[in-house]
Amino acid sequence: MCRKKKHLAVVQKADCVACGTCTDVCPRGAITIWRGSFAVVDAALCVGCGRCAKECPASVIQLEVGA
Amino acid sequence: MKRHWYHYLWLWSLLYFGLGFFNILFAWLGLISFMLPLIMAIGFGNKLFCNRYCDRGQTLRALGQLGFSRRREMPAWMRSKVFRYGFMVFFFAMFGNVLYTTWLVYSGAGSLQEVVTLLWTWQFPWQWTYSGATSPWVAQFAFGLYSLMLTSEVIALVTMLAYRPRSWCVYCPMGTLTQTICKAKARRDS
Repeated sequence: MCRKKKHLAVVQKADCVACGTCTDVCPRGAITIWRGSFAVVDAALCVGCGRCAKECPASVIQLEVGA
Repeated sequence: MKRHWYHYLWLWSLLYFGLGFFNILFAWLGLISFMLPLIMAIGFGNKLFCNRYCDRGQTLRALGQLGFSRRREMPAWMRSKVFRYGFMVFFFAMFGNVLYTTWLVYSGAGSLQEVVTLLWTWQFPWQWTYSGATSPWVAQFAFGLYSLMLTSEVIALVTMLAYRPRSWCVYCPMGTLTQTICKAKARRDS
């Protein structure tokens, strides 16, 4: 069966500034800021739209092809 | 994207800078922006202030939505830890300088300067905002804090235009400090 590969937002946690811009723009509510330290993406909710990656001022979010 | 009440907090920025144009004593309200993020970070271990309730963050977000941003990637050095921590140290040193100047006026060693200093360099006369209703040191702190707030707002607006709307959040001294506190708390708890 041919299935379109799913994209997923991936955060480079070490460089994340935890500003919350991504949580604000995510239309699925898939991103949370873990204990004021870094952003965490819920892979089950993320649809790989890329809004967070485009808006992240620290440029620490990339879209990757999920499993 | 769902609209929340806190998306309108840019009104607070507008009000703050507006009020300080008429009466400098309102500049003391800027301490709220110093206290709230620290209370949330130290007391609750979160950055909800940055994430939702920061009036500057909401101002940059709103202006970005209106198109006042080139939306380019920030240069790597500006996103580096060295710059972020360096700017934090510099900014709080400048806040220390405001406190020192206030102390000089309080102790009588210095006289009240009724000016707003932009980017720690250019002084603008601002004397119409103070009528002499309080002790001079109260006004001196207000002039100092308003200068610091206006300076950082200008820097934030410049990087908003040049890079992404909330570029300021990357090197915001308060944001860097609260993230450091939150990370330390998270490490201690785990």
